[in-house]
Amino acid sequence: MIEVKQLNKSFEDKQVLFDINLQFEQGKQNLIIGQSGSGKTVLLKCLVGLFTPDSGSIIFDGRNFTAMGLKEKKSIRAEIGMLFQGSALFDSMTVLDNVMFPLLMFSTLSKAEQIDRANFCIERVGLNDAHRKLPSEISGGMQKRAAIARAIALNPKYLFCDEPNSGLDPKTGVLIDHLIEEITYEFQITTIINTHDMNSVLEHGDNINFIYKGNLWWQGNKDEFLSTQNQELQEFIYATEVLKRLKPKG
Amino acid sequence: MELFYNIGRYILLMRQSFQRPLNHRYFVRQVLNEIEAIGISSLGIVSIISVFIGAVLVIQAGYQMQNPLIPGYTLGYGVRESIILEFAPTIVSLILAGKIGSSIASQIGTMRVTEQIDALDIMGVNSASFLILPKIVAGLISFPFIVVISMLIGISGGYTSAVLWEISSSNDFITGLNYWFIPYEILYAIIKATFFSFLIVSISAYYGYYTKGGANDVGRSSTKGVVFASVAILLSNLVLTKLLLS
Repeated sequence: MIEVKQLNKSFEDKQVLFDINLQFEQGKQNLIIGQSGSGKTVLLKCLVGLFTPDSGSIIFDGRNFTAMGLKEKKSIRAEIGMLFQGSALFDSMTVLDNVMFPLLMFSTLSKAEQIDRANFCIERVGLNDAHRKLPSEISGGMQKRAAIARAIALNPKYLFCDEPNSGLDPKTGVLIDHLIEEITYEFQITTIINTHDMNSVLEHGDNINFIYKGNLWWQGNKDEFLSTQNQELQEFIYATEVLKRLKPKG
Repeated sequence: MELFYNIGRYILLMRQSFQRPLNHRYFVRQVLNEIEAIGISSLGIVSIISVFIGAVLVIQAGYQMQNPLIPGYTLGYGVRESIILEFAPTIVSLILAGKIGSSIASQIGTMRVTEQIDALDIMGVNSASFLILPKIVAGLISFPFIVVISMLIGISGGYTSAVLWEISSSNDFITGLNYWFIPYEILYAIIKATFFSFLIVSISAYYGYYTKGGANDVGRSSTKGVVFASVAILLSNLVLTKLLLS
């Protein structure tokens, strides 16, 4: 479980996050949603340590990440997998080398064991024929799969996904969502997904956290989501004509 | 103020870069790859430039030394001194600042804007050390060789030009090359080139590492890397020359 307590973050004079208090549960898909510019990416970057919060704490299973030194943070980082919006695969390496990279850097496995583990991860995400291909030689959806394989290579306890299906066609987006869901339940990972894709929210939102103008505005799950009376969330959900048709009457 | 900000951030980045690599075997592999990218792949352009500059130097010097009172060996002596003291270490470094500097800044800058550096940081890899240190080490290893090769090819170009167009006799030219030769000058050139290689790699890596934005910004970082590395070479050339030859 990850707990966020009284988190504030600003850039120069502009405050972006205001007193955020959250809990992300293990073995569940925890979604952070909100409009572009609402602060959800800043929140995600604070969680993974790319930004340092002005105040507040981020606690990974009882370990206060924000109060840790660099060496202690490294031990937490070894437990984190991250899927970036643009995949962020190393473009000079093949898919196999990308997936093997964290194993090479942090595991004590032998070379043969590293290759076995990387092959397992690649096959787990359904990329059986792409081992020797460069990221530029595979499609966007395959790149996302390869990035997931890299993210789970070290058996992470925490998986962070930034807009996992952005830039993908709806069908591939759904496949990526399902893959993340399967991995979350299979390995009992605490998964945090930053998204504004309504399909992902309605299908996979075990815990949904709506960020509005830097504040945590609403919390709930996919069952409570459509019937919310929160005005800002309603405006966010029913922004399109298609979704307006799903709006409960009365 | 921005200058001091950049100098401070550059020093911090270098401190972060000079950390022990996570995986030594992987580090050695990276250094070898970078030697190929920085050193071996530069030999072609360095050879072409050196041979032609050597040849042109001889023609120009020969044109200015038509007075019969000037001894015949002066041409070989002058060309040797010009190439060893200034052309091979400084001009070649300036040329390589363009070739290598832009390549390093754009490579690291692209990794920044495509979140590859963030991916390294989140994994717990020291991204500065991982990306910059192998390039610095490869530069320090490659540049002395490049400079010595440039000297040899430049002087060979000059000799060929002198003999081919009968600007000087072969004997006079070789006598000039050997006349009052001070081996320390080779060491001086290598010290300068080694220092310049550090400036080229580190300054261009600095601008790449702190790129923000998209493709345009990568291009801007690349240009800044080359310009500031070139200015740093020229300034440090003055200081090093004063220190090493005074």
